[in-house]
Amino acid sequence: MTIEQYAAPETLDELTRLLSGGNALIFAGGTDVMPQTRAGARQFQPYLINASRVAGLRGISREGARIRIGALTTVTDILESNLLSEHVPVLVEAADCFASGQVRNTATLGGNLCNASPAADLAIPLLLVDAELELSSNDNGAPSRRVVPISDFFVAPGKTVLKPTEILTRVIFDAPPSGFRARFIKFGTRPALDIAVVSVGVAGATANMVFAITRVAFGAAAPTPIRGKKTEELLEGRLLVDDTILAASSAAQKDVSPISDVRGSAWYRRELVRTLTERALHDVA
Amino acid sequence: MSLEKEIHFRVNGNLTSVEVPVTMNALAMIRDRLKLTGTKRGCEEGECGSCTILVDGVSVNACLMFAVDCDGRDLTTIEGIRTAEGLSPLQKLFVEEWAVQCGFCTPGMVMQGTYLLSQNREMSVEDIKRGIEGNLCRCTGYKKVIAAIAGALHATPRRGEEKEDS
Repeated sequence: MTIEQYAAPETLDELTRLLSGGNALIFAGGTDVMPQTRAGARQFQPYLINASRVAGLRGISREGARIRIGALTTVTDILESNLLSEHVPVLVEAADCFASGQVRNTATLGGNLCNASPAADLAIPLLLVDAELELSSNDNGAPSRRVVPISDFFVAPGKTVLKPTEILTRVIFDAPPSGFRARFIKFGTRPALDIAVVSVGVAGATANMVFAITRVAFGAAAPTPIRGKKTEELLEGRLLVDDTILAASSAAQKDVSPISDVRGSAWYRRELVRTLTERALHDVA
Repeated sequence: MSLEKEIHFRVNGNLTSVEVPVTMNALAMIRDRLKLTGTKRGCEEGECGSCTILVDGVSVNACLMFAVDCDGRDLTTIEGIRTAEGLSPLQKLFVEEWAVQCGFCTPGMVMQGTYLLSQNREMSVEDIKRGIEGNLCRCTGYKKVIAAIAGALHATPRRGEEKEDS
């Protein structure tokens, strides 16, 4: 593929205008796009767009209950955010498991989501808080945006609902209510620079001993990061006692459809899903 | 022939202009165009940390960065951390602690160590280990690297005190 134009726009307006013809490959930190293009796993397009200079898309803020994270926010920014530590510690836990210091310093939240790896670390906690993703584009000269729930964003490995003319600009969610407890467990062969063999996120609030607002999510256990609906149904409104936890951990195996690859067999991943779900539920119980 | 782009940036304090293919990584630019070969080419996929440099004071893997993204930025490579008096305090500690075996990972270790020290935070041995998690030493000589960074943190070398497990 011949690259015809390279651009590093400094405003969102400029960026979405460049995207309006499609045919673009976008990078920010470059930590996925660079090795993927070198390995031939991702093709260059006629337009190569460096989104990292766009103003206003890096940062974490709160307005009332709404937390907004710009797509250019780095994983280090997330890891060091007092706001997120206070309101969504599970997102900080996931950032803490993410690659290495050097990668966290440049890899962006938007990039991690748009790369759409089934194992995307940051997707799991964001599934737990029902995050919404703001997608921006340029519609015949006018700025345009739509919002999609993160559970609808991923389509297949490496594929999302993003149109070629769109870019992910913000991640938005309500700060979880008080009493909401969440846990993220990533299983790999070593703590650093590992792609999850399986990751599990579990969250909910216990009121009057009953578990509610149940959220379960899995990474590297299906073609995309997914919510565990069967597991959630089984848990919602129940007491988090050992029997329930065991039943939920078995149900979790019905939520997933893992593949066998270099990191683990499908059988092994199913076993991990059961074990990690059980462990995570004990942690939040 | 890939599209090329002229970029302007600072490297080790010097203003530099270079024309690079837009697909090139910063590592290739640094080594092959700027001839700064202290930055090592290891895995070229972000796993080993041998190519660690500072960009605007922040440590990154040069192999994962698009060279064109260096435009307007301030790069520091291993060649740029010496002081007027010679080796930086951390480099001297790498020497004193014998924190070098084959030496291939050393520039990356020194750059990541320099970054960690620039954060001005108290660090435990565990924090230092976490801090260099993205740097592989295939001679597996981590203990002395950790001792060198810990020594620089406390400004006094702590040779013989490293009792922690590696």
